[in-house]
Formats: sequence, structure tokens, C-alpha cells
Amino acid sequence: MKTDPLRVPLWELALTFNHIALASFGGGLSAWSREVVVVEKKWMSEEEFLSALTMCRILPGANQVNLAVFVGNKMGGVPGAFASIFGLTLIPVLLVLALGYGYFTFHHVPALQDILRGAAAAAVALTLSMAIKTGQKCLLGPVPLVLFAAVFILNGLLRWHLLPCLAILAPISLVWGWPKKLQAKS
Amino acid sequence: MNIRTLIQIITLFSSLSLLSIGGGNTVLPEMHLKTVRSYDWMTDSQFADIFAISQAAPGPSILIVTLVGYKAGLGAGWGQVSGLIGAVVATLAMMIPAGILVYLVAKVWEQAKESAFRKAVEKGFAPLTVGLVLASGFVMGQAADHDWRAYLLTAVCTGIFVFTKTNPLIVVGIAGFLGWMNLV
Repeated sequence: MKTDPLRVPLWELALTFNHIALASFGGGLSAWSREVVVVEKKWMSEEEFLSALTMCRILPGANQVNLAVFVGNKMGGVPGAFASIFGLTLIPVLLVLALGYGYFTFHHVPALQDILRGAAAAAVALTLSMAIKTGQKCLLGPVPLVLFAAVFILNGLLRWHLLPCLAILAPISLVWGWPKKLQAKS
Repeated sequence: MNIRTLIQIITLFSSLSLLSIGGGNTVLPEMHLKTVRSYDWMTDSQFADIFAISQAAPGPSILIVTLVGYKAGLGAGWGQVSGLIGAVVATLAMMIPAGILVYLVAKVWEQAKESAFRKAVEKGFAPLTVGLVLASGFVMGQAADHDWRAYLLTAVCTGIFVFTKTNPLIVVGIAGFLGWMNLV
């Protein structure tokens, strides 16, 4: 049982994740990833992407780096994963180093704050719109609506950590999502 | 460059990599403790400043480790050269251990394409993920939007993203420009 990953040239993976990283000035990296990976490139279906995103959050590591490994591996195996990480981090690392060099040498933080304030407001909007757009597709029926509302209240309003939220809600969602025998036959 | 610092960088960040369940920012307190108190690589206010710098840059939010590694390297003998080595080593140490774990999970996941468990996760986790995304948008909004103008800008941009097919880059660019003009 060999499952060949879909092959995408390594340079395309690196460029794609570079594009995602640079677009995320101000934040909203998850939303940008979806915009590019699902909407533009169609490398993953909506549900596949959403479940990968949550798995990448549960696993240790920076969520976005994890997602790059996940998508990169799917599209190009181990080299694909490395190409994706490389694309995601190279220019941001160089930028951060340039800023850090300036900070430790000249002792002041470059005045990016104003631009960032505006960009951050739009990045929040992109994240909210991702919730709305994906929600329209998968929040059909009472059970998913309750699961959605419960995790938003626990994690967003009450600020519970991710793990206790999922410890309570993931078993319920798995039971709900488990394929029914009748559906499997049809 | 002294080897002791290099080994400290590698052990610190590769262990933080595996401890950062729920995202890189969950290990910030531990990272702060080690870099300021245990290893004395920088002061409290320097740590706070490089955190702000790393948040300002695009890309993954965990890039604060690049700057911690850079500063640790700066004090390790060869000036800018060891600073650069420290930066690269810290960044790799933070990404590779967790990355290997994700790779293993992704591999199993690809092979389990037809399994009932994978189908249950893909269907069942979707509403949870939407809730988590909304939660992070909500939390980000509280941190980023300081007054009614920023909230209004977020609301208008959300409308544009949901109802039009405008390239998000243009919208973020215009919003950044509005911030630059001090209109937000």
C-alpha cells in the first residue's frame, strides 16, 4: 500500500509558502494558508485542511510551521516538507534578523508600529471572514453548531487552554462524525 | 564560538519545540525564564523588545527564537558571526523536533485515507476548528483593535472579505496605509 504524495515542484512549494508568510504581515497566517492552499491552489479540500489545522494545533510546535510540514509532505514528501518550511521562514527570518541587528546595535525598535496597527485590524478581519466562510459550509445542523459555539465560548471567551477544551469536545465530535454504516454503503 | 552556548541553544530550543503543545507562544514564559534568569543571555526589557520585534515581522510568530539565538550567539565569542550561527541553530532546533512529529502523524494520516477514524476526524473536527478560528480572531481583535476606528476597520474589511473576491493583500495593504497615516 504505497500512497504517492501528489507531486508539486519543490520551488512551487517554497514560493507558495513564502507568499503565505509575506502576505501575513499583521497576522492571520491560518487564514492566509487556507486562502492559498484551499481556495487558490486547491491542494486540499476544506474539511481536510480544517482537520489538519486542528491536528497541527494539538501537536507541539509552531502551528504554521507544522501546517507547512503537513501540506509540504502531502504535496512532495520529505523534500516537500523542507521546501515548505524553507519558503515559510527564510525571508521572515532575514527580516527579523535585520530588525534585531538594528535593535542590538543602535538600541531602538524601528517604527513599524503605525503600519502594523492598520494591517493587524485587516488581518483580524481575514481571520473572522475565514470563520464565516468555512462555517457556512460545515455548520449545518444543530450538533455542529453546538460544538462550534461550545469551543468558541471555552477557548475564546473563557480563555481555556486548547487541550482541556478538546479533551471535552473532541470525543463528542468524533462520535458525531463517525461514518454510519448505511452511508458507507451508498 | 564557544561550544557551551551552542549546546545550550540546541538543548533549550529542541526541548521547547516538543513542549509547545498548542502553539509556540505557550512556551514563552519558560523561554523567558531560561534566557533571562538561567543563561543570562539578555535582560527582561530586551526580551520584551525582541518579542515585539518578532511579532511585527510577517511569518510564523515563533521567530522570537531566532532573535534569542542571535543574542545568545552575540555574547559567545565571534561577534556577528556567532550571532548568525546562534540564530540559525536556534530556529532549526525549534522547528525540527516538532516537525518530525508532524511528519510522522501526516504519514500515518495519508495511509489512513479510507479509515473510519480519519473520516470521523475530518467531519467532526471541522466545527471545532471553525470555533477555534473564530476564537483566535476574537482574541486577536481584542489585542489589535484599540478604539472604535480600528473595530470599524475590522468590520469593513470582514465585509469585503466575505462578500467580495478582492485580493486580501490589497485590503491589508490599504489598512496598513491607513495606520501609517494615523487614521486608525
